[in-house]
Amino acid sequence: MQHVEPSIPKAGQPGPRASALSRFFDSDLWYSFTRSKVTMLAGFVTLLYALGALLAPWIAPNDPYDLTKLTLWNSNLPPMWLAQGNPEFPLGTDDQGRCVLSTILYGLRISLGVGISAVAISGVIGIALGLISGYVGGRLDAIIMRIADVQLAFPAILIALFVDGTLRGMFPNAAREASAFWILVIALTLAFWVQYARTVRGSTIVEKNREYVQAARVIGLSSFTIMRRHVLPNVLGPVLVIATINLGLAVLTEATLSFLGVGFPPTEPSLGAMIQIGSRFLFSGEWWITLFPGIALAVLVLAINMLGDWLRDALNPKLR
Amino acid sequence: MRGFAKAFAGAVLAAGLVLGSGAQANNFRMGFQGNLNTLDPYTINETFTVAFLGNVYEGLTRRAPNLDIIPGLAERWEILEGARLWRFHLRRGVTFAGGEPFTADDVLFSAARVRGETSDLRARIPNGAEFVKVDDFTVDVRLPAPNPILISDWDTWLIMSKTWAERNSATEAVSSRATQPGFSTLNANGTGPFVVQSHQPGVRTVLAPNPRWWNDANKQHNLTQVTFTPILNDATRVAALLSGEVDWIDPVPVQDMDRVNANPTTQVLAGPETRTIYLGFDQRRDTLLAPAEIPPAPAGAAARTSTNPFKDVRVRRALYQAIDVNLIVQRVMRGQARASALMIDPNLFARHGAEFQRFPLDVAAAERLLDEAGYPRIAAFRNNSRFSVGMDCPNDRYVNDAAICQAVIAMLARVGVHITPIIQPRAQYFAKILAGGGYNTNFYLLGWTPGTNDSHNVLLQLHGCRDDRGSGGVGVANVGGYCSQAVDALTTRILSEANPVVRDGLIRDAFVISQNQDVSHIPLHQQALAWGVNRRVTMAQRPDNVFMFYHVMMR
Repeated sequence: MQHVEPSIPKAGQPGPRASALSRFFDSDLWYSFTRSKVTMLAGFVTLLYALGALLAPWIAPNDPYDLTKLTLWNSNLPPMWLAQGNPEFPLGTDDQGRCVLSTILYGLRISLGVGISAVAISGVIGIALGLISGYVGGRLDAIIMRIADVQLAFPAILIALFVDGTLRGMFPNAAREASAFWILVIALTLAFWVQYARTVRGSTIVEKNREYVQAARVIGLSSFTIMRRHVLPNVLGPVLVIATINLGLAVLTEATLSFLGVGFPPTEPSLGAMIQIGSRFLFSGEWWITLFPGIALAVLVLAINMLGDWLRDALNPKLR
Repeated sequence: MRGFAKAFAGAVLAAGLVLGSGAQANNFRMGFQGNLNTLDPYTINETFTVAFLGNVYEGLTRRAPNLDIIPGLAERWEILEGARLWRFHLRRGVTFAGGEPFTADDVLFSAARVRGETSDLRARIPNGAEFVKVDDFTVDVRLPAPNPILISDWDTWLIMSKTWAERNSATEAVSSRATQPGFSTLNANGTGPFVVQSHQPGVRTVLAPNPRWWNDANKQHNLTQVTFTPILNDATRVAALLSGEVDWIDPVPVQDMDRVNANPTTQVLAGPETRTIYLGFDQRRDTLLAPAEIPPAPAGAAARTSTNPFKDVRVRRALYQAIDVNLIVQRVMRGQARASALMIDPNLFARHGAEFQRFPLDVAAAERLLDEAGYPRIAAFRNNSRFSVGMDCPNDRYVNDAAICQAVIAMLARVGVHITPIIQPRAQYFAKILAGGGYNTNFYLLGWTPGTNDSHNVLLQLHGCRDDRGSGGVGVANVGGYCSQAVDALTTRILSEANPVVRDGLIRDAFVISQNQDVSHIPLHQQALAWGVNRRVTMAQRPDNVFMFYHVMMR
């Protein structure tokens, strides 16, 4: 729609990059972000989590996945501010002597890694299928959308358990340790692609009858080019919203699966697995094993969801 | 006000009278940490399953709460020809729940069924034993060698009806590995004090008293129903007991014992259990199974004896000495266990405590032994490890089983042995590692209670040389395939030896070879038995953790 001048920027030239950044800071999106304190807080918290996950090997007090450093002597220690607490383990330890704080930080790597990968992959697949489905239409559209309907009938957890069970049966205990990450990603991808496909298809059907698309067709551009260059940029708005909200959902589903014992080996607990370990000790008063990972998970998902809410409102023309 | 109080008291009294009038429904509700996976009494030789089914089916013998052998379906028996011939006189007038009369044919049929290829209880009947029907109520068992302890684990060899099994094509035991349930997996027809009213695997099993039980006149329980529910999560199970939702749980998690005792309506019934928890190694295969990785020996390393590290006694001993069992007892088991030097409870073998000691914890020695065996640390292999092997572990069978495995994994990581945990519920776990699954494991955690309360059972079933399928019952639970001709010879002599002093000496000799010289297994501990019960229930607790509902009284 906007006609971009054919001044192609040369590589390494600082000008356009700065202008892209300044364009972002000039945008409605950034404006609405700075107007909402809650959204800014959510953004800050999410950033903090991302940094914590990225820098875990450097900032975590211990490496909870290094078995040679674990000892039962440190098991079930309370947080450092309680009697018998040890400053080496600020939030206490679990039944194997793993530092709860370090496990949260390392677990975030798993949670966010799985979440982002799943959202990205399911986004790519969903958008591609949605575009094709909406643009081509006809029988192909019917086939893709019926598959999507079938998929929608199954809850994400069920699909994830099914994928895990099947892969477990196909590769009996062999490379499970290494493949746990991808099993979770595949499971979540299978569960999430439908939403993208459906949304993109709807928008594509609207866009493909607009004049600019017809004009592109008239000048003889191929369908692929039209989809990629002209339709795609105009259907991305809602996708961004879905992706953000799905990230929170993906983190939560990963935690649920870990809680159920699917996914990572017990020697590498993620947030969900940690909550599960701790739940056995709730009655005996060792509340910290389950409480801190639980809070960490809840706050992360809340922050991501608030960002998603803001994005939805900001991109909704009716609310402007 | 006083009038009201009087009326109220009267009402309470009346209510009490109604409740006490014998019409009371005593539904005994059980919460166990695992599922009841089968109703076929020969599928799996596991205390819990066989004991539960022992309330529905019965053996020729029974055991009293003090573990004395008492008559069951056999009214009495004679030991003839120097213990080479046992003659059983069967109880008359007994019928199965389905109405079939109990006769010698059922005993012969059950003997053939329990010895079948798919049965996990093959070892109940010694090799070469011959069952002969003398008349409808007399059975002779002719043995190739004298066997004075033939019936010591027959209380858990449960007798099935021949006509019922034939009518429902259940003449062969359902293997623990079977993917399809058989008729006998989902249906039961015994002579016992209870009958199965409904069975939903993994959800609920309901038993009702059998009014036609031959001993009903002398019954020592007042139950009208037994409801079994699996409650896998520790905290949920304790919560169910505390809230009165169930009347019995097993086990009480060690961390919650104080809490259960502090609650006015519940208590912990604790006692020593004769179960020994141990680790075993694959000493039979030449190449370990996936996910094991044995990197080739680097230049300058000592020569290896085999491609399977566990075939080298130095490796087995190194793993033994790298594990701090006292720390496990203290921290994981919170003191509710006793470290063991042998594969049998000291209460069952007097010379255990006095003459056997565990190898001391010694990480440096363990590292040295592994170096000597040709498995030095390799910097590029899994963070400076020596070799990597999978470890099979249940997570719903023994007290804190998965936590023990994780602790062991961390302890072995310190001496450079990398372990990949394969932690599964016990149905999948047993189906994989036991005979039914072809002993598909390299390193495992298991618990064993000798059904005979005697060392011979341990030496025969856990140490006896076996073939790939564990045929014949010798070494049927010898998952790692340990084999020593000397131990086998001693085991045979122990069976026939009548003099207890000589016999104990032979047992000692066998354990010296298997444990001290060969390090066939790593015994860890005997766990304490801990049932959580509602205080309105009284029951007998047997040290073998076999639970008979006909010893339960409810108020």
